[in-house]
Amino acid sequence: MNNPAPGASAPPPAPAARRTIDIVNASLKRRYAREARFRFMGAAAVFLGLLFVGVLFGDIVAKGYTAFAQTYIQVPVYFDSATLDPDGSRDPQVLANADYLGLVKASLRTLFPQVTGRAQQRALYALISAGAPQQLQTMVRQYPSVLGTTRDVWLIAGADVDMLVKGQIDRELPEADRRIKDSTLTLVDQLKTEGRIEQRFNTGFFTNGTSREPELAGIAGALAGTFYTLALTLLLSFPIGVGAALYLQEFAPKNRWTDLIEVNINNLAAVPSIVFGLLGLAVFINVFGVPRSTPLVGALVLALMTLPTIIIASRAALQSVPPSIREAALGVGASPLQTQFHHVLPLALPGIMTGAIIGMARALGESAPLLMIGMIAFIVDIPQGITDSATVLPVQIYLWADSPERGFVERTSAAILVLLGFMVVMNLAAVLLRRRFERRW
Amino acid sequence: MNALASEIVRDTSAVSAADLAKGGHFSGTIGDITTPDPRMVCREVNVWYGDKHAIKDVSLDIGNHQVVAMIGPSGCGKSTFLRCLNRMNDTIDGCRVRGSITLDGREIYDKGLDPVPLRAQVGMVFQKPNPFPKSIFENVAYGARIHGLTNSKAELDALVETSLRKAGLWNEVKDRLDQPGTGLSGGQQQRLCIARTIAVSPEVILMDEPCSALDPIATAIIEELIDELREHYSIAIVTHSMQQAARVSQRTAYFHLGDLVEVGETTQVFTNPRHKLTEDYITGRFG
Repeated sequence: MNNPAPGASAPPPAPAARRTIDIVNASLKRRYAREARFRFMGAAAVFLGLLFVGVLFGDIVAKGYTAFAQTYIQVPVYFDSATLDPDGSRDPQVLANADYLGLVKASLRTLFPQVTGRAQQRALYALISAGAPQQLQTMVRQYPSVLGTTRDVWLIAGADVDMLVKGQIDRELPEADRRIKDSTLTLVDQLKTEGRIEQRFNTGFFTNGTSREPELAGIAGALAGTFYTLALTLLLSFPIGVGAALYLQEFAPKNRWTDLIEVNINNLAAVPSIVFGLLGLAVFINVFGVPRSTPLVGALVLALMTLPTIIIASRAALQSVPPSIREAALGVGASPLQTQFHHVLPLALPGIMTGAIIGMARALGESAPLLMIGMIAFIVDIPQGITDSATVLPVQIYLWADSPERGFVERTSAAILVLLGFMVVMNLAAVLLRRRFERRW
Repeated sequence: MNALASEIVRDTSAVSAADLAKGGHFSGTIGDITTPDPRMVCREVNVWYGDKHAIKDVSLDIGNHQVVAMIGPSGCGKSTFLRCLNRMNDTIDGCRVRGSITLDGREIYDKGLDPVPLRAQVGMVFQKPNPFPKSIFENVAYGARIHGLTNSKAELDALVETSLRKAGLWNEVKDRLDQPGTGLSGGQQQRLCIARTIAVSPEVILMDEPCSALDPIATAIIEELIDELREHYSIAIVTHSMQQAARVSQRTAYFHLGDLVEVGETTQVFTNPRHKLTEDYITGRFG
C-alpha cells in the first residue's frame, strides 16, 4: 500500500480516488497469486497427463516391439523322395499328405546326433515351431525339385527359443524355475555359435490368423474382421444417422414427441455398449436369425451403438449453419429438400464427418457388445466376407491377453500398437477431411 | 375492389396517438391503401408468433412498377409483413397468418398453392448479404438451375451476364466469375444477392433493409439500382432510413406496433404527414 504501482504514481487528483487505487493495488497481489496458482495447476495437470500417456506408450512399445521380429533356426533338411513321394509320381495330393513332422524330427536328429532318449528328443523337437511341417509342405508343393536333395531351411523357432533369443527368459534363474532347461540351453547355444539362429521381420504376424502357438499367431484374421465390420458399420450408420439428424433438425415438427425422441437419442449415446450387444443377441440373432459371430451382425450392433453419436454431432453441425443460407436458398425458390442438400448439408459436412469418425473410432475399439454376439470365438481362418465367422482386433487383444504363454504378451502389445496406429490414422483422416471441406461463409 | 377500398379508406382525424396508447384495437389506416395498378393486394392480414399478435389487420396494395417503402420503429412488424408476401414466415415455428394476400388476383395462402414457385415469382433480398459460399457464377446461376430456366450452357452464361449487368455488378466481377461470392465486399455481395434474385425473373422483389449493413457509397449504388429495377419489377422495401425511403420510393407505409398507421404518396407522407405518430416518427421525435 505504501508502494503504489507505477501507474498510480501520477498526481493524485483527490484523496478519495487515491484510496480506491490503493485498495485495488493491495488486492492485485492476491489476484495475481490466485491466477498463478491456477496456471500452475493447469500446467501440472497437462504434464501429469502427458507423463501417464508417455509411460503407457513406453510400456506398450517396450513390450510389443519384439513381436515384429521372429526367430528362425537354420536346419539342413534332406527331402527324402522315398518317404515323401514313395511312388515318384509327384502327385500334389501325395506330397500334401506326406509326413513332414517326421521330416522335421529326422532333420533335427541329424543335426544333433548326440541327443538320445525320449525326453531329450522331445526337448529337441520343441526347438522348432509346430508350424514348421506346414512350412516344409508349402516348400515342397511350390518347388518339387527340392525332392531328393538336402537344403538349408530357415524354420520358425519354437516359442520358448524365440523368447530366449529375445532375452525374455532369464538364464540366471535356477533350472527348476526356468521354462527352458539346461539341456535345451546348450542346444540353442550350439546353434548360435554355428550361426544357425537369426531374427527376421515377422511377416507372419500380419499374414496369419490367430493360433494356439504364439510364434504362429497373427492379426490378419482380426484385421480382416475389423475391416468388414467397420466398413459395414459406416455404410449403415452414416446415411441413416445423417438422414435422421436432417429430418429431426430441419423437417420434423417441434412437439412433445420429437422432444421425447431427442432426449432418448441423447440418452442412448450414454448407454453401456454391452446393452447393445444384448439387443443384437436378442433381436438380430434370435429373432431375425442373422448368422452369429459374423461381421454382419457385429456391424448391425455397432451401427446401432454409433448412430446416437452421429445423429447428435450431425444435428449440432446442421444447427451451426447460419439461417441466412437457408433463407437465401428458399428465397430463390429452392424446395426445402434442395435447400438442405445443396446448401446446408455441404456446409455442415465437416462437423458431420468429425462426428462420424469419432463414432467409428469408438466402434473400432469396442469389444464388449461383440462378446455377446459370439465374435469372441477362436477363429483361425481369415474371414473372406461379411458372413464368415470373424473376430475383431480389440477382442483378439483380449483373447491374447488372457493366454498364459509368454509369447502372447509381446503379441498382445504389438496388436495394441496396431490398433493405436489405426486410431491415429482415423483421427488424422478426420482432421484432413475437415480441412478439405471447411468453407467459410 | 373499389367498394372494398372505399370501405377501408377511413376518415383520418378520428384516430389519434391517444387511441393507440390505450392499447385498444386499432384497425384504421390513414391514407389510400390502394393503387391504380396493383400487383399484390393484401387485405386484413394478421400475423401471430405464438401468442404475440405481430401484425393487426394490415391492408396494403403493392403497385406495378412502383417502389413501396415500409418504415417504422423496430419491432413494428414491417419485416414480418414483408415476409408474409412470399411466405417466408412459413419456415418459422408457431407463426400463423390470417387474411388475404393475392398476387395478380391469386390467393397466395391457398392450401393448394405451392410456396416454392411463389418464391420464384416473389424474390427476396435480405438484410445481411447472404451469398452462397460458392462461386459468383454459381450464386447467380443457382435459381435458374433448380427451376430449369435455361436449356444450354450458353443460355445460362447469358442469363448470368444479364442479371449481373442489371444488378450493376458485371463490370466489377466479369473476370472472376469463378471466385467465391463470399470474397466480395459487402456492397458487392448485396448486389450479387440482387442479381441472384432477378436471375429467376421474379415479378415482385422484396427487400428487407438491404442497405443496413453497407457503407454510404455502397448504399447510394444500391439505391440507384432500385430506381432502375422499378422499370421491370414491383418492389417492396423495408428500411430504417427515412432518407432512403424518401429517395427510392413512390409510396410509403408507416407501421407502428403491428398496425399500419398511414399510407400515402412518399412526398405527401414526408412533407405533410396526416397522423400524429407518423409526424413524430419522421421528425425524429421517437423511433
